[in-house]
Amino acid sequence: MYKIIRKKVLNPTVVMMDIDAPLVARKAEAGQFIILRVDDAGERIPLTVAGYSREEGTVKIIFQVVGATTKKLSAKEEGEFICDFVGPLGRPTATEGLKKVCIVGGGVGCAIALPVAQKLHALGCEVHSIIGFRSKDLLILEDEFKSCSAKLTIMTDDGSYGEKGVVTAPLKEAIEAGEAYDEVIAIGPLVMMKFVVATTKPFGVKTTVSMNPIMIDGTGMCGGCRLTVGGETKFACVDGPDFDGFLVDFDEAMQRGSMYGEFERHAYEDTCNLFKEARENG
Amino acid sequence: MADLKMPRNPMPSQDPKVRAHNFEEVALGYTEETALMEATRCLSCKNMPCVSGCPVNINIPAFIEKVREGEFEEAYHIIHESSSLPAVCGRVCPQENQCEKRCVRGIKGEAVAIGRLERFVADWHNAHSNEHPSIPEFNGHKVAVVGSGPSGLTCAGDLAKRGYKVTVFEALHLAGGVLVYGIPEFRLPKAIVQKEIDTLRALGVDIETNVVIGKTITVDELFDMGYEAVFIGSGAGLPRFMGIPGESLKGVYSANEFLTRSNLMKAYREDSDTPIMKAKSVAVVGGGNVAMDAARTALRLGAENVYIVYRRSLDELPARREEVEHAMEEGVQFKLLNNPTRIIGYNNPDDKRDPKNGCVIGMECLKMELGEPDERGRRRPVAIPGSEFLLDVDCVIMSIGTSPNPLIKSTTEGLSVNSKGGIIVEEETGKTTREGVYAGGDAVTGAATVILAMGAGKTAAKAIDEYIKNNK
Repeated sequence: MYKIIRKKVLNPTVVMMDIDAPLVARKAEAGQFIILRVDDAGERIPLTVAGYSREEGTVKIIFQVVGATTKKLSAKEEGEFICDFVGPLGRPTATEGLKKVCIVGGGVGCAIALPVAQKLHALGCEVHSIIGFRSKDLLILEDEFKSCSAKLTIMTDDGSYGEKGVVTAPLKEAIEAGEAYDEVIAIGPLVMMKFVVATTKPFGVKTTVSMNPIMIDGTGMCGGCRLTVGGETKFACVDGPDFDGFLVDFDEAMQRGSMYGEFERHAYEDTCNLFKEARENG
Repeated sequence: MADLKMPRNPMPSQDPKVRAHNFEEVALGYTEETALMEATRCLSCKNMPCVSGCPVNINIPAFIEKVREGEFEEAYHIIHESSSLPAVCGRVCPQENQCEKRCVRGIKGEAVAIGRLERFVADWHNAHSNEHPSIPEFNGHKVAVVGSGPSGLTCAGDLAKRGYKVTVFEALHLAGGVLVYGIPEFRLPKAIVQKEIDTLRALGVDIETNVVIGKTITVDELFDMGYEAVFIGSGAGLPRFMGIPGESLKGVYSANEFLTRSNLMKAYREDSDTPIMKAKSVAVVGGGNVAMDAARTALRLGAENVYIVYRRSLDELPARREEVEHAMEEGVQFKLLNNPTRIIGYNNPDDKRDPKNGCVIGMECLKMELGEPDERGRRRPVAIPGSEFLLDVDCVIMSIGTSPNPLIKSTTEGLSVNSKGGIIVEEETGKTTREGVYAGGDAVTGAATVILAMGAGKTAAKAIDEYIKNNK
C-alpha cells in the first residue's frame, strides 16, 4: 500500500498528489513514468512522473480526471492509500549537452514538462517555456515554470490569460526570429505534439515528444503501448516514452488512443455523481 | 500386480457447450475411486523410464504406489520433494511428451495418466491437509530471485528448503508470473496458484511485488544489499508481430495483452475497471498453447466466431493435443494452411472523426500448401498464388511468440545475451556470464513450457547452493 502524503487540487479537473514510494523516489528521473492501481478491482494506468523528493521518499503525480480510474484516484484524500505504485519505468529524458531548449507544454502535459524544464535549468541550460491551456481556470504551475525558464510564454485558447492562440504560434515566431534551439521538447495532447512537429520540421529543429499510450504492465510484456516510429514498431514502455517527433506516426497513435473511448465514457458516467444525478432526475 | 486390462481412465470435464460460456475450470479432476483405479495400471518398472522424462525428476512410481495404497498425503510428499508446484504441473504440463511418453504401458496401449494422478494428489492435499511446512533453519545466506513465474518460484522453493533466505521480486502487483497473467482461469484456477505461493511463503520465502529489477533496483544493487546470488527468471518479453499492414488498428491485440487483460486484470468480470474488447468474430493468429488460450478466452467473452489461423496443417500445430481438442469441442474454428497478409480497418471518407475509423473489419489471408521440410524437419508452408480471401473479423489476436525481456540486460553489466535476446547460460547450471548471476525459463529460452522453466529453476537452485558453499 502506498500512502498519499499530500494532495492539492490544481484546477477543477487536475489534481496533484505526493505518494510515499521511497524505492521509486530514489531512482525517478524526469521523463520516466510510473504505473498505479487505486484499488483491488482497479486497472493499471501509467502516469509520467511530475516530480520527486529523494529525501522525503515521495513521487509527485499530477493527473487530469478523464475516466473511471482517475476519478477514483481524485476521490482519495491525504493519509489514504492506493494499492499499487511501481516504477520508475521507461527511459529518462535525454538532457546531455543541451544548451538551449524550448519546452512546449499543453494542458496537464505541463505537469510532466515541468521536471524536464527544471532539470535542464539546473544543468545550466537556457530554457524557454511555452505553456498552453484552454482558459485561465485551467492554468497550472505558472510560478514553477517562471522560476526555471529564461523566457515563459503562456497561451490560452480563449485569451482569458496570457496570449490568445495555440502554442505553435509563439514557437514558430521564436524560431523564425532566429532562436537557435538545440532541441524542442513537446509534452501534451497528441494533436498538440503533432502540430509542434509540423512547426519545427521545416526548420529542422530536433523535436522530442513524450508518448503516453495505453499500457498494462509497463515492462515490455503486453505490447499494448506499441506505436510506429520511423516505420518500425516501438514500445513506449521500454523504448520510450520519449521519441523523435519527426518519426512518430501521430495519426495512428491518436486512433489507438481512442480504442476504449466508449468503455471509459460508460465507466466514468457510472462513477460520476453529476452524471448519476442527471440520470436520476430524468 | 498391475491391472493390464483396464483402459486409461478418462478425465471428467465440463460439457463443452456449457463451459464455452464460463470461466470455470474445464477438467474436473479424478475422484478418489478413479485415482485408485488408475494407480493400479502402473507397472512400477524398476528402471523408471517415466522419471527420466520429467524435467524435475519426480519419483513417479513411488508416488503412484502411495496412491494405490490410499496414502494420498504421503504421495504428495514424494511429489513435493521434487516439485514446488504440483497442483500447477498436474494441470499444465505436456505430460504426453514427457513422463507419459516414456511410460511402458504406452508402447502397446495407453500410458498411465501420470499427470491426472499428480493433479489428484495435489488437490487432495490442498483440500485435506492443514499441515504447514516448517521454516528450515537459516543457513546465513541470502539469495534474490527476479520474477515470480514458474522458474523463479521453483528456484526460490528449492533454495528455501536448503535453508537460504530468499526474496522474490515481482514487477506486477500479483505473484505468479505467466501462471496468473497468461494461463486462463478455466485451465488453471488462480486460487490454486495462490495456494502454491502461500506454501512457499510458509517456507519463509519473501515476495516483494511492484519491484522491477533493472529499474526500481538493479542487479548490482541486489549484491550491495547482501544477496550473494541472483536468479533471473524474468520471463518472456515483447510480443512479436507479423509486420503486415494493419497491426496497429483498433482491435488488434498481442496474445499477451489480451490474456493479461482477462486473466490478471479480470476484465471478463463485471466489477473490473479494465476494459477488453467484446468482439463478434475473432481471428487468433498462431497455433501454440497461448493461441488456444486466447481463442478459448475470446469464446468465453461472447464471440460468435473464433478462428485459429495457422499457416501449417493440423499435424504441425505446436499446441498440446488436449488443448486443440478442447478448443475444437468448444467451437473454435480452425483455419489451417492460411497465412494473414493484411488487416483491414474501417475508414469513413466523409467523417474523419467517426469513432469507428481504424477499427478492424477484416483480415486478408492467403492459402498455403506444405512444401519441402525445413532444417527442423517441419514441412515449409508455401503460399498458393492468387488464393487471397477475406476473413470477416472485428478482432485479431497475434499469438506468434515473444522475445525475451530486454529490461535487465540493458541495465546489468557483464550479462551476455544471444542474437534473439535470450540470456546466455551454461545449460547444466544456469550460470550466466556474470559471476553470481543465474538465469532460467523464458528469459533464457524464449517462449517454452511451465515445466521446462521449473526444471531450469531447479537446476539453478542446485548450482547456486554449490556456488555459495564453495565461496565460503
